[in-house]
Amino acid sequence: MPEKFDVIVVGAGPAGTSCAYTCAKSGLNVLLIERGEYPGSKNVMGGVLYRKQMEEIIPEFWKEAPLERPVIEQRFWMMDKESVVSFGYKGLEWGMEPYNNFTVLRAHFDQWFARKAVEAGALLINETVVLECLVENGKVIGVRTDRPDGDILADVVVLADGVNSLLSKQLGFHKEFRPDEVALTVMEVVNLPKDKINDRFNLEENQGCTIEIFGDSTKGNLGTAFLYTNKESLNIGVGTTLSSMIKAKLKPYDLLDYLKTHPMIKPYLEGGESAEYLAHLIPEGGYRSVPRVAGNGVLVVGDAAQLVNAIHREGSNMAMSSGKMAAEAVIEAKQANDFSESSLNRYKDALYGSFIMKDLEKYKDAAHVFEKYPQYLRDYVPMMNRAASKFFTVDGTPKRDKQKEIMRNMTSERGKFGMLQDIYRAWKAVK
Amino acid sequence: MSTKNIEEKQYLLRFKCDTKSHLTVLDHDVCMTQCPDKLCTVFCPAEVYKWEGLRMQVGYEGCHECGSCRIGCPYQNIKWEYPKGGHGIVFRLA
Repeated sequence: MPEKFDVIVVGAGPAGTSCAYTCAKSGLNVLLIERGEYPGSKNVMGGVLYRKQMEEIIPEFWKEAPLERPVIEQRFWMMDKESVVSFGYKGLEWGMEPYNNFTVLRAHFDQWFARKAVEAGALLINETVVLECLVENGKVIGVRTDRPDGDILADVVVLADGVNSLLSKQLGFHKEFRPDEVALTVMEVVNLPKDKINDRFNLEENQGCTIEIFGDSTKGNLGTAFLYTNKESLNIGVGTTLSSMIKAKLKPYDLLDYLKTHPMIKPYLEGGESAEYLAHLIPEGGYRSVPRVAGNGVLVVGDAAQLVNAIHREGSNMAMSSGKMAAEAVIEAKQANDFSESSLNRYKDALYGSFIMKDLEKYKDAAHVFEKYPQYLRDYVPMMNRAASKFFTVDGTPKRDKQKEIMRNMTSERGKFGMLQDIYRAWKAVK
Repeated sequence: MSTKNIEEKQYLLRFKCDTKSHLTVLDHDVCMTQCPDKLCTVFCPAEVYKWEGLRMQVGYEGCHECGSCRIGCPYQNIKWEYPKGGHGIVFRLA
């Protein structure tokens, strides 16, 4: 007779661990299954962890979690081949409690977080793949793992199996994702002494900086690049939708090397030593790609549910919140001893009523618009750079004449009407 | 800093290889006759796929398990599973 738990959580990333932790804390009998050698060994993230949603699970986590640096400055670069238009915000208030966000190395962070779930009472089993959900009379009753005698039962199975959620696909919650619904991202961790990082990014002890880079960083394709500071390393990465990668016939590692050797970026990395190279998909389909998230005896959370806000680089925070909401639904379902879809739909209601689905709804057309109209990153970023160069170059031309010429150059490229259309379209997609 | 080519990048990683591939090209004729661009050989971030004239060579040992090939193959010609528990890539940092 297979063993039975109150809840089985598949995947010990931020979503799964949040769920397991919250369930265990309320006294449920929780099994957390991880396919990697340890939690974090299969996970990849650019590196920004938001304080707010993590704190709702573990208050003052920053006092014990393995974090890299609190981010006190966020820069945004519109980059052309030999220039960049930048803006950003730096504020010392982000460097003190309660903080805004932190850079983290996920292999370290995820292990710590999973340990917290274990301390709360969850049972963690590593090195175990869930092959399928066990379904009986239209209800998920457990999982089949790749261990000998690997069937395990539970009242509820929570699928936190990431962007490649073969399990929710198996249940028919969604079809295979299209190449325009996922972003292929590659990154490197580059070791660099702390002093060099602080000098180059104008930082002091325990201060971090993030730079998001648009435009030539993806050779104008739909995507972004990033450069983040860890304690003694930098994370540099770049991603585009898989469909853009395919269309442009880009090799992702060539794009990464293009970025690393770009004249605007190279000086930051000088003397650094590559420590790790990582590739991962990000579910960026947004609102319309979110699958069914609740069924009889089953819930879907985190990346598996496509909960990523690509525009605001939020993902792990949504994963954590969704994991917590799923746990709360499971706890209530347990009290009512009702694990049907209608009971577990509490989770769906909570999710759709929260910032997660509201934000995804706000940007529901954005990815589609920017994919269909590639001029935003491809044409406008270079245009902005040329305009800035012209405006700030002192050459004796009166400023009003410069302004006129800049406008003339811009409208000659896209046409006045075309430009207005572009602006309106972009505004509509993100308003 | 020196950029590293993809072979050198892959050397930075730790893999615990299974003896059996978790990636299967279902029909090599499809690659040969219908897919002139052999797209997986282009976008795979670990250069797992190499076209050898008649068949697709699958170097599953270096796979990052990202899933791009499953989603990106225009002919759904790649069967994609997770490696056996505890096997495959082992990220140590990010």
